[in-house]
Amino acid sequence: MQWEIVIGLEIHAQLTTASKIFSGSDTTFGAEPNTQASLIDLAMPGTLPVLNAQAVKNAVKFGLAIDAEIGMTNVFARKNYFYPDLPKGYQISQMELPIVGKGFVDITLDDGTVKRVGVTRAHLEEDAGKSLHEDFQGMSGIDLNRAGTPLLEIVSEPDMRSAKEAVAYAKTIHSLVRYLGICDGNMAEGSLRCDCNVSVRPKGQVEFGTRCEIKNVNSFRFIEKAINTEVQRQIELIEDGGRVIQETRLYDPNKDETRSMRSKEEANDYRYFPDPDLLPVIIEPSFIEQVRTELPELPQQKRERFQSEFGLSAYDATVLAASRELADYFEQVQQVCGDAKLAANWVMGDLSSLLNKSDIDIDQSPVSAAQLGGMILRIKDNTISGKIAKMVFEAMAAGEGDADQIIEAKGLKQVTDSGAIEAMLDEVLAANAEQVEQYRASDEAKRGKMFGFFVGQAMKASRGKANPQQVNQLLKQKLDG
Amino acid sequence: MHEKSLADLSKALHSKAISSVELTELYLQRIQQLDGVTNSFITVTPELALEQAHAADQRLANGSAGPLTGIPLAHKDLFCTKGVRTSCGSKMLDNFIAPYESTVTQRFLDAGAVSLGKTNMDEFAMGSSSESSFYGPVRNPWNPQRIPGGSSGGSAAAVAARLCVAATGTDTGGSIRQPAGFTGLTGIKPTYGRVSRWGMIAYASSLDQAGPMAHSAEDCALLLQAMAGFDDKDSTSVDQPVPDYSAELNQPLSGLRVGLPKEYFGAGLDSSIADTISAAVKQLQSLGAEIREISLPNAELAIPAYYVIASAEASSNLSRFDGVRFGYRCENPADLTDLYLRSRAEGFGDEVKRRIMVGTYALSAGYYDAYYLQAQKIRRLIKNDFMAAYEQVDVILSPTSPTPAFPIGEKIDDPVSLYLTDIYTITANLAGVPGIALPAGFADGLPVGMQLLGPYFSEPRLLNIAHQYQQATDWHTRAPAGY
Repeated sequence: MQWEIVIGLEIHAQLTTASKIFSGSDTTFGAEPNTQASLIDLAMPGTLPVLNAQAVKNAVKFGLAIDAEIGMTNVFARKNYFYPDLPKGYQISQMELPIVGKGFVDITLDDGTVKRVGVTRAHLEEDAGKSLHEDFQGMSGIDLNRAGTPLLEIVSEPDMRSAKEAVAYAKTIHSLVRYLGICDGNMAEGSLRCDCNVSVRPKGQVEFGTRCEIKNVNSFRFIEKAINTEVQRQIELIEDGGRVIQETRLYDPNKDETRSMRSKEEANDYRYFPDPDLLPVIIEPSFIEQVRTELPELPQQKRERFQSEFGLSAYDATVLAASRELADYFEQVQQVCGDAKLAANWVMGDLSSLLNKSDIDIDQSPVSAAQLGGMILRIKDNTISGKIAKMVFEAMAAGEGDADQIIEAKGLKQVTDSGAIEAMLDEVLAANAEQVEQYRASDEAKRGKMFGFFVGQAMKASRGKANPQQVNQLLKQKLDG
Repeated sequence: MHEKSLADLSKALHSKAISSVELTELYLQRIQQLDGVTNSFITVTPELALEQAHAADQRLANGSAGPLTGIPLAHKDLFCTKGVRTSCGSKMLDNFIAPYESTVTQRFLDAGAVSLGKTNMDEFAMGSSSESSFYGPVRNPWNPQRIPGGSSGGSAAAVAARLCVAATGTDTGGSIRQPAGFTGLTGIKPTYGRVSRWGMIAYASSLDQAGPMAHSAEDCALLLQAMAGFDDKDSTSVDQPVPDYSAELNQPLSGLRVGLPKEYFGAGLDSSIADTISAAVKQLQSLGAEIREISLPNAELAIPAYYVIASAEASSNLSRFDGVRFGYRCENPADLTDLYLRSRAEGFGDEVKRRIMVGTYALSAGYYDAYYLQAQKIRRLIKNDFMAAYEQVDVILSPTSPTPAFPIGEKIDDPVSLYLTDIYTITANLAGVPGIALPAGFADGLPVGMQLLGPYFSEPRLLNIAHQYQQATDWHTRAPAGY
């Protein structure tokens, strides 16, 4: 049997606002437990929520970026359930009238094809606190610092057909919210969390299979692994004559398996109803237009511009536009050196491997964009060769200064004085008289192969500093005479 | 001194005929002597009161005093008062010391008023008789075998018994107006949004509104002046300027159009109440009012709609009382579910549990449309009824309740008949319009209340009519025997 995989994602993005969505408390990550929990976050009797305008603006930005309709009348609803880290006994969320309606994003797959994924809706809600089950001797601790942090829950259509597509979609959303500056995207800190709805159906079948929801997957790698594991489980289950039960599951990365959390029957009846403490929020068209003017260039626009303005390939443009920081870095390098192709090669090549090796982000790069651009300038004006440049780059990464300082200090300046090069070549040829004899006695085809040997000896003798083009040219003259 | 109105006592304080400390001591003494019968206070705070009275005397001496400076008040025990127990009449909050001050009580502190303590009430403001309190029932000073009304029954009894000059109440379905009517007081429920709900422990958020309870409309005007105003901590608070509530008190009533809803004068209305209200209507006519019969055709749907909406909101509002962060927690919980179940089962009383269950049911999947949504539609119809009525008349007049104060214990086991006592008051909360209750006479030795409802933000007009009526009558000056 051929199976088709159907995936939809619910992504919770924490919005970067200075204060919480309904209280004035700070939202900084990692503070001492309960130091960022106000009377409102503790749900003290008599306290009331007041909506944070910045959270609304951030949500509208997202809506505009995915070409969605913006909900003009926004109603906040209470989602009622009991849990110790949910202080009010209900979560303020949006139900019937979300702030962002139907939209879409285009995702680029590994083979370069572009696929459109629908976004059903995105709504504002508050985050819950955290229950801490260790260190309390059979009891649980509650940290309400996170309670009330604004979230945008982004719900996709079930448009993805493989784990790789799901990851590409998640990465696209991740990149988009970071571009918009509405979420820091830090998955390790839980700023972006993903629930994966997964089902399988025989290829060609129109109806969806029964889905399972894998809760709170917090890295791209785990999204891929969790989905693949779950797909495998469902297929095996069906092929063994079983039936998939609609339920919520958890992914355990250590065992690489999903396990049941609760079935649909055990699910809460959340008793949604409009929160009487909050009036409907009416969004004026003028506000939307104002927000539209504040939108930055988005990944897709940037990709297209990188191709048209700089002549980059679609692949290079996609890689460089993947994050706003990387794109900005590239553009700065390009601006300093005036050569987009070289800039792209260095950013995607040596710089990326340097960052990968030391596992750091572009904004912590030990080589600044200005430094890299400066070095490329020296390649272009023939001060150094590409090969020497790699040495200079490593020295810059080690904090030894700018390219010019390093070239000077290490004496790496390329030798372009023909007299000096000729003298050096004469020495090389004299030292290899035997090979010179052989060369001159050979036919054209053989000569070509042997020529490389002399170039290598010459570069070695100049410790890489001789201008390679000049070496080639002068060597040819001398040998061929 | 204790028989004087707030307005008169304010003059006495300003003229130094008496100090706030003397006045405060007088009332503290009365509470000590007399509250054993009425049970109108849950918590008395003598030290705090005297401290505030000293500060008030300083303000009175240095000329920075206002009309409320130095006046001893009492607050319904659902306003959070920093450092003072705020119990909501419930075992659930018996141990709850509020860590912050409500906007209403803060405004009174800023005005220099003295707080004598916190008054008894139906548990979580759910009730019409003040019998459901964890601290025992409140008794009506006019007849201790009778209820004082509810849920602000402690405030009503305390003011009626002259244990404080005036008090705050809250009104979700009549909880200021009905007890004011049963105890011979004047009480006003302002337009929804006029007074901040910050720090007021919620029963039904879309209906709750705080207001003053006092001996006269003139006193209510002074108190409401301090309470009303926009508060950015309450999203439902209305950002509209506060008028001078005393400015129009002396306007004549000539040309005033008063509507009598025919639905409110039919079956179920006690004849002694009907007669008393008729006399009051004649009195208003003699003051220049023009009387018209009107109709509020959906009035009969108000009580069922109210009990769905209020209970639905309450079921959610009261979820925070879970034994985790504050309030009552059961002994030795076995696990989380046990903690929840027993803390709530042991911490809440019967009426609160009843409404939580009704509200939970009304919001449940499969029932939401039939109950909650339907009730919201009725709410809109009732609001429309009022809007239509106010095109014909300036105010709507009715009794506050169909009977005088009933005996303690009579209806406590019959919730539906207890709910029906709010039949005239509940519509104003559903529509959000303001209403005032004031004494209009007596039936069988018990006060009879008259209610006037007006359009949104018509508080100045309601106070004006009540004041003019009180200039022509003396019901509001009567005190129960022994007080």
